[in-house]
Amino acid sequence: MTRLFARHRILLPVISLAVLLALTFWLQPRAMSYFGMNLLFNLAVPIALATVAQMFIIKVNDIDLSIGAFVSLVACLTATVLVQQPLLGVLALAALVLAYAGMGAIVRALELPAIVVTLGMSFVWGGLALFILPSPGGESPEWLSALMSVKPPVLPMAVWAAAVIAAVTHLIAIRSGIGTVLRGVGGNARAVARAGWPVVRLTALAYGLAGLFGVLSGMALTGLTTSAGADVASRYTLLSIAGVILGGGEFVGGRVSPTGAVLGAFTLALAASLLSFMRLSPDWQIGSQGAILILVLTARLIFTRRGATR
Amino acid sequence: MTGKEQGGAAVVALTDVAKHFGSVRALNGVSLEIRAGECLSLVGHNGAGKSTLVNIVNGTLRPSSGELAFPRAGDAAAAKAGIRSVFQELSLCPNLTVAENLRISHSALRGIGWRRKAAAEIGQSLDTVFPGHGIDPMVTVDSLTIAERQMVEIAIGFAPRGGAAELVILDEPTSALDAGIAEQLLTHIRRFCAGGGAVIFISHMLGEVFDVASRILVMKDGLVVADRAAGAFTRESLVAAMGHVAADAPEESTASERALGDEVVRTDRGLSARKGEIVGLAGLAGHGQAEALARLYLGSTSSWKSPREPRMVFVAGDRPRDGVLPLWSILRNASASILPRITRHGLVDRAAEEQVAAEWKQRIGIRTDDLANPILSLSGGNQQKVLFARALASTAPIVVMDDPMRGVDVGTKRDVYTMIRAEAARGRTFLWYSTETEEICECDRVFVYRNGTISAELTGTDICEEKILEASFELQETGT
Repeated sequence: MTRLFARHRILLPVISLAVLLALTFWLQPRAMSYFGMNLLFNLAVPIALATVAQMFIIKVNDIDLSIGAFVSLVACLTATVLVQQPLLGVLALAALVLAYAGMGAIVRALELPAIVVTLGMSFVWGGLALFILPSPGGESPEWLSALMSVKPPVLPMAVWAAAVIAAVTHLIAIRSGIGTVLRGVGGNARAVARAGWPVVRLTALAYGLAGLFGVLSGMALTGLTTSAGADVASRYTLLSIAGVILGGGEFVGGRVSPTGAVLGAFTLALAASLLSFMRLSPDWQIGSQGAILILVLTARLIFTRRGATR
Repeated sequence: MTGKEQGGAAVVALTDVAKHFGSVRALNGVSLEIRAGECLSLVGHNGAGKSTLVNIVNGTLRPSSGELAFPRAGDAAAAKAGIRSVFQELSLCPNLTVAENLRISHSALRGIGWRRKAAAEIGQSLDTVFPGHGIDPMVTVDSLTIAERQMVEIAIGFAPRGGAAELVILDEPTSALDAGIAEQLLTHIRRFCAGGGAVIFISHMLGEVFDVASRILVMKDGLVVADRAAGAFTRESLVAAMGHVAADAPEESTASERALGDEVVRTDRGLSARKGEIVGLAGLAGHGQAEALARLYLGSTSSWKSPREPRMVFVAGDRPRDGVLPLWSILRNASASILPRITRHGLVDRAAEEQVAAEWKQRIGIRTDDLANPILSLSGGNQQKVLFARALASTAPIVVMDDPMRGVDVGTKRDVYTMIRAEAARGRTFLWYSTETEEICECDRVFVYRNGTISAELTGTDICEEKILEASFELQETGT
């Protein structure tokens, strides 16, 4: 069985989510409904998008400590400029995606540690967000709120959204040729460079994709909460990293799974709800979330170690 | 057949190509033409300039002077002229599948279904070179064995990749392959050359070289010293061409005036040393010498307990990686090994530290005005002296040296030789890995490594370049 888990990394995130979901339904049977599921997973959608953004960065062996601040900035822009001056808002969001790509180009061209560059940039994003929206407020564009509260048949919006995000990013990151080369950068950047690829441009592309999904995350968050604040998504940085790792990704070596990342994000979001169903004091929640993370990672480590020795 | 007898334009033509790295002249004016149908074998000792030459041909390095042309393709870029390289160190992406790795070097594979096309192409190439290989193109590379990875890399080198391979450079391609698979490769090389392809073949297995090469190029100190048809060489004349033409003036004898004590080191892999002995580890670079020393050293130290009197000290050759503490001063770098000895009540005795460092500055001749200067203000040779001082200042009876003279000037080398001999006379034991024959000749006893194991043990007058080369290269026939 250990071999099965080592071979198919996607199994562990699937089982983690299933176990958590079963526990939740057992504790709170009313959650097992269209409405209940929507409540459970609504806020997991922007987290999943941010996790996918993080995945694109981890894919090229870097780590992004600014994604939380970036999503907050996007949320602030969406709740203000995009409502008042839609054209300017769209331009500003596009500029943010380009800024992310530029950040990637700088990291690779100057061989700077991404952890430092992104940590620094997180303060820039945070400052800009405060500048745009000094106190929480704003309003969501109507079309966006309508989109986020749509009621599709059979399953709630959040579940459909997760499926679409996973499918699209799987196509980009795993199936497409350029996605394969990007994973190659994470696996062995020297080999990719030697084969004649412009590694700086590839890194910029990876960061640009991360920026794009960061923008989508911020917009989704604003559509759900119908307002924004400068630190509305500050938790996302660590949640997104945890989500990628929980979903079967690794910090180095270009080993990531988009489907796993989406599942990981949903697992983390569900863990918070589960703990409140267990009537655990909110003081303990973050610690318990960490405990779940450590538990799952330990299980994975055991499986991969055993798989390697076979 | 030599190149001149064949018609057609050369695949690659080098005219008086030189390459300098700072003051090091890696390549000293090489002129060479390789024609279609040739299998050129490149032989020479470490640092002879083989890799530099190969990297210039494949476009990784730009020549400092001279000209590189691809007359047959009429293109200035190596990649477009169909030049392919299979490197000794593995250059696959381990997280991708075999087919996806082909995509990395074949960017024209695109559109829906590219994966299937890639799998078919790599599968076919593997079938051609290694019939019956049993490698699934859809499996990720990290689940393959080292030999299978090497096979994939070779197959990618020979794959059409949208054009056709004109010249394939194989750098030690058989090092990870067993005899049967290696023979498949040699057969394929012969077939490929007969079909009009050209190959540059680098190997330390002379049996293979004679088996496959149509022409042999011997390099030494960045120069081509012999360039003849393979038939014009015998094994003995080839080894002789690689070595020094004339022996250096005899050094004063080393071991004779020192009495050697009891055996102090013995490993289950055959490495041994006696008290007061200088033991050399020779052979081509990367054949297990550094690993043997690391195993020995790490096996005798603990990451938890720190003995007041260490049994062994280590002199690093790769200074930036495991030697120099770049932010510290010369003084701190030199005293790092003796801190337990000069610590009083948990605090470093600054006066004692300075005294020890000043003494060693004198003894080993570190050229600096002030020991408080940062270590990086010193030249490479003087940095190395600081590392020697760090090791020798300790009381450890055994000194392990991992190719410590890399990039060190001749004057420093002489100083260090004298130092080592003096310390050995006082009863210290040295284990010395070096890729330079001159340094190995300073030793009392030499173990020659090949493919991770000891292939010969030499003592006394047997320690000479010829014997070492003989033991470093596989002279026996390969399993054909």
